[in-house]
Amino acid sequence: MRAVRVVVLLAGVLRPSADGKSRLEVDFAAGATLGAVLDRLAERYPALDRRLRDEHGGLRRYVNFYVDGEECRRLDGAETPVGPGVEIQIIPSVAGG
Amino acid sequence: MASLTLLAIGTRKGLWVATSADGRASWRLSGPHQPVDSVYAVAIDTRRSPPRLLAGFTSEHFGPVVAVSDDLGTTWDEPDHRVIAFPDGADAVVSRVWQIAPASPDEPDVVYAGTEPTALFRSADGGRNYELVRGLWDHPHRAEWTPGGGGMALHTVLPHPTDARQITVAMSTGGVYRTEDGGGTWRASNTGIRAPFLPNEYPEYGQCVHKVARHPARPDRLFLQNHPGVYRSDDGGARWRSIAGGLPSDFGFPMVVHPHRQDVVYAFPLAADLERFPPDGSCRVYRSEDAGESWTPLSRGLPQNGFWSAVLRDAMCVDDAEPAGVYFGSRSGEVYASPDEGESWCRIVEHLPDVLCVRAATVPG
Repeated sequence: MRAVRVVVLLAGVLRPSADGKSRLEVDFAAGATLGAVLDRLAERYPALDRRLRDEHGGLRRYVNFYVDGEECRRLDGAETPVGPGVEIQIIPSVAGG
Repeated sequence: MASLTLLAIGTRKGLWVATSADGRASWRLSGPHQPVDSVYAVAIDTRRSPPRLLAGFTSEHFGPVVAVSDDLGTTWDEPDHRVIAFPDGADAVVSRVWQIAPASPDEPDVVYAGTEPTALFRSADGGRNYELVRGLWDHPHRAEWTPGGGGMALHTVLPHPTDARQITVAMSTGGVYRTEDGGGTWRASNTGIRAPFLPNEYPEYGQCVHKVARHPARPDRLFLQNHPGVYRSDDGGARWRSIAGGLPSDFGFPMVVHPHRQDVVYAFPLAADLERFPPDGSCRVYRSEDAGESWTPLSRGLPQNGFWSAVLRDAMCVDDAEPAGVYFGSRSGEVYASPDEGESWCRIVEHLPDVLCVRAATVPG
């Protein structure tokens, strides 16, 4: 299988939890899933991870994960496959009052 | 050394910290700290020097965290990792911290936290990291605890002032539970507390207790604001009897004991379950000086009418000064303070978000 590089774009409010970065890259030897990408990010940025997922790895309800423009919950959630060149945008959803 | 009075104010959208250096005549306000995060729980741990503030911040987007401040709220230490979380296999996720309670001075590094969903956590490092108290989580009653209007939460934690093995907790709904072995085993402790919303009005458990308080010098006497009902126990919670006579209503949320006078207790009655305003829109704190046998309304300096707001379960507190200061915050974002044990009041803050909790203490200036 081909090596996979996935690009993750973070909304501004999340960047302080990732050393101020807006764009992160994650490399895999083979195909991966959104959850696997988040696992890798968790190793590098635990403060980011606890904002994105709960203690059992569940995606936080009011954080959206767009995989090439499609929100992952309309796909396979954390099991959504990510292939070469895929771009993941992580954006807080509308919530609060 | 000069001293300050410190008042921490948790709201639905951040934490404010007020300090007074002139005997509570005037206040200086800072905040919001962690703006937009809701703050259901705050504590001032005066066992430490300097005192430590602990706050449960919850972001609707990004979840809960307990942060600490060792400089009176100027800066906050929020660890990267999850400081409070259910372990693998617990099949639950911490959604909010409702209560932070430092243990007795004999255990200076122990802090307890109550959460939603209903669980008790224990920290042995001053409130930085917490572990689930399994004995309560594994209690056979847990499957039958149900959410109250505010959620299914453990909102009251009373570590015993001299015996670390004894802890009393309260939850909505579920009621009061006690342990005498440091959290390994727990038993329901609701005898005499009415639950009019259940077919059996006096069940073993299932009560909607709103708050429990006690004086550290008399740990076996407990005061309780129920939904509805106001009670006292003189045997550590084994049995309860009503002390609502003399109050305009037996419904309300907070219950606070005077820091030095063990027979003095404060409540803030609301008209009824289905009428959650002060009676007649008159803002009044009620004080008993005889352990609940009689009550006196306190209203000098408070709105005499048109106060269609409420005071939530942790939004009333006392400081530890002499004479004692009494404080409460409203759902309409006002904070009132009394420097003379409730005799007179002054509004010290207004236009905040809904006030969820307040805590006060005298600290080195």
